[in-house]
Order: sequence, then structure tokens, then C-alpha cells
Amino acid sequence: MVDVTPADAVPPAEVAEMELYHPHSWWTKYVFSQDAKVIAIQYSATATAIGLVALVLSWLMRLQLGFPGTFDFISPEAYYQFITMHGMIMVIYLLTALFLGGFGNYLIPLMVGARDMVFPYVNMLSYWIYLLAVLVLASSFFAPGGPTGAGWTLYPPQAIMTGTPGGQDWGIILMLVSLILFIIGFTMGGLNYVVTVLQARTRGMTLMRLPLTVWGIFTATVMALLAFPALFVACVMMLFDRSLGTSFFMPAIVEMGEQLQHGGGSPILFQHLFWFFGHPEVYIVALPAFGIVSDLISTHARKNIFGYRMMVWAIVGIGALSFVVWAHHMYVSGMHPYFGFFFATTTLIIAVPTAIKVYNWVLTLWRGDIHLTVPMLFALAFIVTFVNGGLTGLFLGNVVVDVPLSDTMFVVAHFHMVMGVAPILVIFGAIYHWYPKVTGRMLNEAMGQFHFWVTFLGAYLIFFPMHYIGLMGVPRRYHELTNTTVMTESAHDLNAFISIMAFLVGFAQVVFLFNLIWSIRHGREAGGNPWRATTLEWQTPETPPAHGNFGKELPIVYRWAYDYSVPGAKEDFIPQNVPGSFGSSREPA
Amino acid sequence: MSVILVFLLVIAGFAGWWLSHQRLMAKPWLEQGVIGDVVGLEGSPLPTAKIGLGVFLAVVGCLFALFTSAYFMRMALSDWQALPLPRVLWFNTGVLVLSSIALQCASVAARRGQIDTVRLGLVTAGLTALAFLVGQLVAWRELTADGYLLTANPANSFFYLITGMHGLHILGGLAGLSRTTVGAWNGTRPERLCLSVELCAMYWHFLLFVWLAIFALLAGWAATFIEICRQLLT
Repeated sequence: MVDVTPADAVPPAEVAEMELYHPHSWWTKYVFSQDAKVIAIQYSATATAIGLVALVLSWLMRLQLGFPGTFDFISPEAYYQFITMHGMIMVIYLLTALFLGGFGNYLIPLMVGARDMVFPYVNMLSYWIYLLAVLVLASSFFAPGGPTGAGWTLYPPQAIMTGTPGGQDWGIILMLVSLILFIIGFTMGGLNYVVTVLQARTRGMTLMRLPLTVWGIFTATVMALLAFPALFVACVMMLFDRSLGTSFFMPAIVEMGEQLQHGGGSPILFQHLFWFFGHPEVYIVALPAFGIVSDLISTHARKNIFGYRMMVWAIVGIGALSFVVWAHHMYVSGMHPYFGFFFATTTLIIAVPTAIKVYNWVLTLWRGDIHLTVPMLFALAFIVTFVNGGLTGLFLGNVVVDVPLSDTMFVVAHFHMVMGVAPILVIFGAIYHWYPKVTGRMLNEAMGQFHFWVTFLGAYLIFFPMHYIGLMGVPRRYHELTNTTVMTESAHDLNAFISIMAFLVGFAQVVFLFNLIWSIRHGREAGGNPWRATTLEWQTPETPPAHGNFGKELPIVYRWAYDYSVPGAKEDFIPQNVPGSFGSSREPA
Repeated sequence: MSVILVFLLVIAGFAGWWLSHQRLMAKPWLEQGVIGDVVGLEGSPLPTAKIGLGVFLAVVGCLFALFTSAYFMRMALSDWQALPLPRVLWFNTGVLVLSSIALQCASVAARRGQIDTVRLGLVTAGLTALAFLVGQLVAWRELTADGYLLTANPANSFFYLITGMHGLHILGGLAGLSRTTVGAWNGTRPERLCLSVELCAMYWHFLLFVWLAIFALLAGWAATFIEICRQLLT
């Protein structure tokens, strides 16, 4: 046992108290609020609302795929518009906004022991610009020509040409403007998350005592701050091409017998910029999920996280590596074989730190006192799902395997498993875990169990057959494949089955939403620390935490975030702000 | 994409240096008690606003590095025709340097508490920055008058795009600068004024640096420089 200083209580910190903005009216308290917790709820609610739109879009797509020719209102144009909006909303406006804007805002100040974010005003602006971005995006549904149907990757030249829905109408312009707004808003929020972790940690909260949730969100935010500019540049340049007639990305093209005024541009340049953002984006979504899941598992297995240091290093390592793998999304665009070799290698190397994390989660569970609560179920489901999705990633990371599979449903199944289902399972788990802190009441357990089992099993029944369909050679992106050789009878049946499952899983989310609203009033009283967890957000004097988070004095941190089941301690958890050592001789993990 | 990778390498180096001072080898499960007294493990002693601006400037730097990357990749294609740079750009560069110097003087004066010099410096910096923006507009007018229109050639498109983006950042800086200037007259607390003048100076120096890099890029020296480097390497 190494006591760095005598472990008795020490006088309150010399951490400078920040001046809090005190709201004077209902408007500044609940609407134009500068309190990170309110902003977090605003972010989450907005992201969920637009996410529901994306859910409905996925239903419409499944209707078409499962029962082709039955629904006349789903024209090929409409189908492409559904694909595009579903993808963009889910990846950027739901996952990124919910993990960083939602969980980041709520958890960072509470977990590091701060009163609030360091720049609350900028933080508030961040949300309102995000809301504006969402509104601009949603408005494209009502614009002449409808939203863009360019696919969520928005590849030029097709994205801004006549044949693509929204290409020469408002759709693509609104999409690009919305993305630019989102990036501006996110940068404002991101500065807050990073600088709060750097500067506003309470006394004793060293970096190596941060909960892994904070590590995950922190690293993801740093990555997002460096990756989103690439999307920004791509969007601005495409906007120039579309509205001012420049030729950054547009090659010379004859459209309907007419020579367009563009010439000489490079679509590949766009792909480089897009994927320079696009690949880190996968980990911008995954790293917060990694962090949160580590905390869920440790808390609900009543055991310290296995290999904390390795977990931290792996997070940082994955963050760094993810910037040098982007071109594996471009194998089919053609590249020098040495480049392909390089990017395949880096892609496979990234599996090493990821695998370390998976082993550590499993070893944390090993001989733990596992409580199968709803958050824990979701965390366990995440591990399984992430491993499954990751394994198909090893296939697709290799050039020779990727080229034949790239345009099939196999890819759709792969990325939905790894960056759709897996992070969303974590989001659900995290909501079940932290809802008691946000509202003071528990979510209903029975509804939670129902929600979990239908979502988890249903997601597998959707995406496992989809891998198989992909291996059979069924291509993605097609509106209808009725009379083609790849669409055998069994592929048709599977498609219909997948669609029915998609509806089932979708409806389970309605139960979840009902639970969220119902439990605000009718849930069981939670108390301050229902999961008996160690991290600081559970040690606030009030639940839900008041403005300023910690009452009169900030907590002082005496230990790491994972003192569960310490031998010799009175209870099976010791909160981070409890001084004193407990006569144990724990071996280093 | 090599420019942005080099830029990120610099950022990564900085992040690595910082992380290496954070006791990443510590075994937190064995350590109890307050260890915040160890130097450097809590937040940096620098003001939080400065750290925030530093992070923001890293993002801005990233943005311009990406534009530069795109510039080089597009430049390699066959239809590229460099455009002659208007002479007024030299004048603009000089003005922007003056602006930076004025702010540096203001920030030194603010530390010494000489409020009159601070005011003079702030106003000079604001006016010279405005002059820079006007100068940039003159450069645009000259180019369009000579027929170098936005869509005529990718080199032109990049010229307008990158200088425009830089101008927008100056414009944003002017908004902050004017708030500081108003504060200097309305009697903001000295330490607060000192901080905001220093922040302005930091932002200005950075945008001056970005401008010099852009100028070198648009004038073609950057490409020549890289060509020389490449020849030295091979």
C-alpha cells in the first residue's frame, strides 16, 4: 500500500472556485440554460427526437427491401433519400450528439468534481447551434425535391447532379449547411469538454484517477475536434462546387447530352477528406461507449476494472491509430498496392488495443459478483456485439476480401453491428444506469428487461441473416432486386424476415420511451446512490444534482474510481471522496 | 494528405509530451490519499481561457492544414494554372504584421498597467486589421478585374476560398477585439483586461502565422520548398 500523503482528511481544496452564472428567470433556468446538466438533457432530447425520424426511415427502407413492389409510395428516389437521411442522422446527429453532447455534458463536470463546464455560455451556444443544424436538416424533408439522396457519404460527382434526388434542388445544400452548422456547434461544445477535463478537475483527481467514462469521452472529443474540420472542408468545397460552379471535386461531365461547366476536379479528393473524418468518427462513437461500458461492468460486477492502465493506454492508442486508417474505406476506389498494404496493416493493428479492452472487460467479469441489472445486461450485450462486429471488420480490413464484399449487404451488416447496434446498446445501458441520477427515480425493471431482450435478440435476428445475404452476393444500395440471379427464394424470405424483426425491435423502443416518461413520476425512489457506485456523480448532496453540483464545497478525491469489494472495508464499495486506507493488501491487477 | 498528417504529428507530439508528465505509469489502485500536491498533476497554472484558446487554435490550424492538403492534391491535376498574386498582398502582409506588433505592445503594457498604451495598442491593432481586410478585398477586386474569376480555374477557386476563410477568422477576432477595446475604456478590472488583451494577441499572432503560411502557399513558394525537400530525400 503506497500512501502518497497521510490519508487523513485534508482541508478543502485550493482549486479556484468558478463564478457560476445564476439564472434569474424560468427561461434562463430551463431553456437558455448555461447549466451543463440542462444542456445535456436538451442535447439528448433533440438527438432522440431526430433519431426517431431515422428509425421510421429505416422501417420504410425495410418495407421496400422485405416486400418489394408492394408499396408504391417508396419510389427509387424516396428509397435513396431514406438511406441518406437515416445514415447521416444516426451517425452524426444521434450518436455523436448523444455521446458527446448528452453524456459528455452531464457526466464530465460531475465525474471530475467540477461545478460546471469551464465556458458555460459557449456551451449553451453549442446546443442552440446544434438545434439549428437539426432543424435545417429536418427542413430538407419539406424542401422542393425533398432531402438529398446521395448516400450518407455524399460522394461527388453524383451528389450534386440532376439524377440524384436533391442534387440540383435544395436537398444537398441544406444537408451541407446543416453539417457545417453542426461542426461549428460541436467545436464550441468540444472545447468545453476538453478544457473542463484539463482544468477543472477537483483536488486529488489526477488523470489516472479519472473514471474510464471520462477518458473515453475526453479522447473522443479530442479526436472529433481534429477530425470534424476535414468534413467541414469537404462540405464547404462541395457547397462551392454546387452553388458557385467551381471544380474542386467535379470532373468534366456530360449530363443528358450537355457538357457541364465543371471540369478537371477530383472526386477522390473528396473521398480522402470525407474518410479522414469518417474513420475517426467510428471511434468518436466507440470510445465513449468503451469508457461507459467499463464503468457499467465494474459497478455491476462489484469488482475493480481489470488493467485500468492498459484501458487508458488502449483508449489513447486507438484514438491515435484511427487517424491513419481512413483509406480502407476507399479500397474499391483504387489505389497504389503499397497504400492498400499500408492501410490494411494499420487497420489490423488497431485490433490489438481493441482486443486488449475486450479481454479486460471479460477479466473484470471473471469471478465478479455479477448483478444482472438492466444496465449490466446491456453492457454484456455490447461486449458480445462489439466482438461480432469487430471480427467481420477483420475481413473487410483486408483489400482482397473487401473488394468482392464491399458492395454487398455484408458491409451493411458489419457496420450496423459495430457502430450501430453496439454503441446504441451502451447508450441504453447508460440511460438505465444514470437515469436515477438525472431524475431521482429508477426506470421500471420489467419494462427494462422486456426492452433489453427484444432489442438484443431482435438486433441479432436482423443483422446475422444480413451477413449471410451479403455473402450470397446480394448488393447493397439497390431499390429493388426482384428478378436477379442473386436474389434467390431463400434470400427473399430472409429479407422479409429481417424486415419483420426490424419492426419488432422498433416497437420495443416505444416501450422504452414510455418507460422514460412514465418513470419520471411513477418510478421507484432511487436515493442518491442506488447502484452503490464509487464515482463522484453518485456522491452529490442532492439528487438530481443542483446547479453547482456539489453543494458548498467541492469533493476531494482520495482514491481511484474502482474501489469495489475491497477486502477489509465495511461495504463493498468505497467512494472516491472517502479518505483513509482500508487494511488490505490487494495485489496489483 | 501529408500536410495534415504532419500537422497532426506535431499535435500528437505535444499531446504525448503533456501525457508523459501525467504519471500514466502510476498504479492508481495502490495509491490513496491526496496526490494533487504533486506538481503539474492538477490543471495547468495558465488561465483556463488561454488553454481554451490554445485548443481552439489547434482546431483552426487543423482546418487550414486540411485546406493546404486539398490544395496540393488538387494542384497535382493537369488543369491547374497558377494565378499572378496581386502586389497589394505584400502591403496587406505588412499591415497585418503591424497589427500583431500593436497587440503585442498592448499586452506588454497591460501587464505593466499602462492603460493609455493599452488603449492605443488596441485601437491601432483594430484599425490595421480592418485595413488588412480592406486590402484583401482590393486584391479580390483586382483579380476579378483581370479576369481571374472564381470558377475559371481551381487555383483561383482556392485563392478566394482560403483567403476568404482566413478573412472570416480575422473578422471573428475583430469581434473579440472590439469587446476588449470597449472594456479598456469602461474600466474592466486590470487583471481581466490583461488576460483578454493577451488572448487577443495570441489569436492575432496565430492568424498572422496562418497568413504567412497561406501567402507562401498561394505564391507557390511552399510547393517549391516541398519539391526541394522531396529531391533531398530521394
